[in-house]
Amino acid sequence: MSAATADTEAPVLEIKDLSRVFHIGKGWLNAGKPLRAVDNISLTVRRGEVLAIVGESGCGKTTLSRLMLGLQPPTSGSIMAGGQPLTGIDRKAFARNVQPVFQDPYSSLNPRKTIASIIGDPLEIHAVGTPQERQARVIEVMEQVGLPRRFMHSYPSQMSGGQRQRVAIARALVMRPEVLICDEPTSALDVSVQAQILNLLQDLRRELNLTYVFISHDLSVVEYMADIVAVMYLGRFVEVGPAREVLNTPRHPYTQALLDSILTPEAGKGLPKIDLVAGFPDPLNPPPGCRFHPRCTKAMDICKSVQPARLHQGRNEIECHLYSETKQSA
Amino acid sequence: MNAQDEAVIDVANLSVDISVPAGQLHAVSDISFSVGPGKTLCLVGESGCGKTITSLALMRLLPRSARLSATHIRFDGRDLSKISEKEMAALRGNRLGMIFQDPMTSLNPVYRIGDQLEEVYLRHRGGPRAKARERAHFLLEKVGIINPGQRLTQYPHQLSGGLRQRMMIAMMLMCEPRMLIADEPTTALDVTVQVQILNLLRELQQEFNTAMILITHNLGVVARMADHVAVMYAGRIVEQGTAEQVFRQPAHPYTRGLLECIPRHGQSAHHDKLGSIPGIVPSLVGKIEGCSFRNRCLYVHDGCQSGAIAMQQAISGQNYRCLLAPHEVSGASIAKAENMA
Repeated sequence: MSAATADTEAPVLEIKDLSRVFHIGKGWLNAGKPLRAVDNISLTVRRGEVLAIVGESGCGKTTLSRLMLGLQPPTSGSIMAGGQPLTGIDRKAFARNVQPVFQDPYSSLNPRKTIASIIGDPLEIHAVGTPQERQARVIEVMEQVGLPRRFMHSYPSQMSGGQRQRVAIARALVMRPEVLICDEPTSALDVSVQAQILNLLQDLRRELNLTYVFISHDLSVVEYMADIVAVMYLGRFVEVGPAREVLNTPRHPYTQALLDSILTPEAGKGLPKIDLVAGFPDPLNPPPGCRFHPRCTKAMDICKSVQPARLHQGRNEIECHLYSETKQSA
Repeated sequence: MNAQDEAVIDVANLSVDISVPAGQLHAVSDISFSVGPGKTLCLVGESGCGKTITSLALMRLLPRSARLSATHIRFDGRDLSKISEKEMAALRGNRLGMIFQDPMTSLNPVYRIGDQLEEVYLRHRGGPRAKARERAHFLLEKVGIINPGQRLTQYPHQLSGGLRQRMMIAMMLMCEPRMLIADEPTTALDVTVQVQILNLLRELQQEFNTAMILITHNLGVVARMADHVAVMYAGRIVEQGTAEQVFRQPAHPYTRGLLECIPRHGQSAHHDKLGSIPGIVPSLVGKIEGCSFRNRCLYVHDGCQSGAIAMQQAISGQNYRCLLAPHEVSGASIAKAENMA
């Protein structure tokens, strides 16, 4: 993904060679064991796009989202949003552009604050306008997300899960950000409520020309939402590409296994057989070579020792020896 | 459900009322079902519909404030609604197994896995510990654990979520139960692990001829696992039939609504919106009149406001609790009504 792609506009979000290493069991004299939660990830998201990040628990998707929000400093690499670097002095300017929606609407809202003050909080922190203007903005945003005005003085405990998630979305939108980082925004919700929230997110995207980074483990939701899909495994993107291509003609064996495990509501089809060796590896002792090889049924000798190179083709990227030239020469 | 004589469990008119400050909360109202050996019944519905209360009622693990009533809950020649707490305790974990949603909290963190598995056996069957250990070893192999000897000496925190759920399944099989109640057994797991655990449950169920009640909100899991399906809404069963009937020709407007809420393969937001069910579940406190789904239903009319809504049979064979006539709920005409709405 170089600047060669004939796109005049700068990407809304640009991440270059981002890594985050944790040191587990670190002590006074003990350096600890390195855990590469995010390992050398690059991505660009254009205005109005939805980038979905999928992968199993422990693959690093939440760490990546925390890095993108500036909640944790990266070990190396850079993040730019709307031309603003995250690592600069002005954290607030960055936060104005990039806002989060978290998974659990029960724990992400302060139970002792009213809805109006939860939604208005970012305005106060950034000292935007007069109190009257702030209140007008809160009402406007509540309307956008479909929250009746009578909820202004309610508390989160008086609301349903779906309504709380609307509050979380309103709070994220109040500063008019360009990018929303949604970390599993619907996985705590019932299916009928999930559908409402997904529809709302799509409407808002069209109306406000928003860009989403959408983190989810539910591939049917991802297919519904995403333009670009990035499949993450043990801290690395193993396959990236336009959603339609990745989800219809998956190339990486891991993407294939993830897609095989979708349970569509069709009776009489039975359970799928997935082509995957059981057992998620220990991220503290990642396997040598391709990190996926112990679970891959198509693993070759080279996969056990050599990390596959990242292959680019347009917006498609893949890290797998099945598609690399080294395969022929090996 | 013509095999009622040989059913492992036969539940008739089960209701659970819970005392709350505002009055009586009708958590489960008048539900009936039966499950045969080796068969799976799925209870499906959204949070608050009463599916977990139903499973707790069958295990007699309801909170003190709850009152259970039923014509009968026949299991293994006994009536679970009438037997003493002591008799019930002898059945739990023995003839009647249960797996809970969260494998992180349902194992005791301060005991080794082996001790927890053996305890079940020793409690119900007695005998030397060596025999219990042998059985635990055998079952861990059955649930696909590679080095059982070592795993038995580990503590729960040393295992991944998938492994812990396998341990729960092994623990539940220690005494070869005739029936197994699994409440959201795969909800906390990754998608690939979910498929593995469901496959495992299916295989073991066939091998031991266990009846299973599977409780979930995931319609994909239901479609792939169930022989029979009961869709619950606001404490009642609103549609009940074979998985084929319910998924091919859903009759109740709620079932239809739920199925339309799920994004399908090939569906993207650029083309069409997801269906959604407007409104929220009504309060279950106090007297309930008429259809409990009426405030969210596209087909509501005056008749829905009062009286009891009876079950009737759809053309495709399943039962549903709605006033719409069978010919009105067959595929074509409901679609027409939706276009008009």
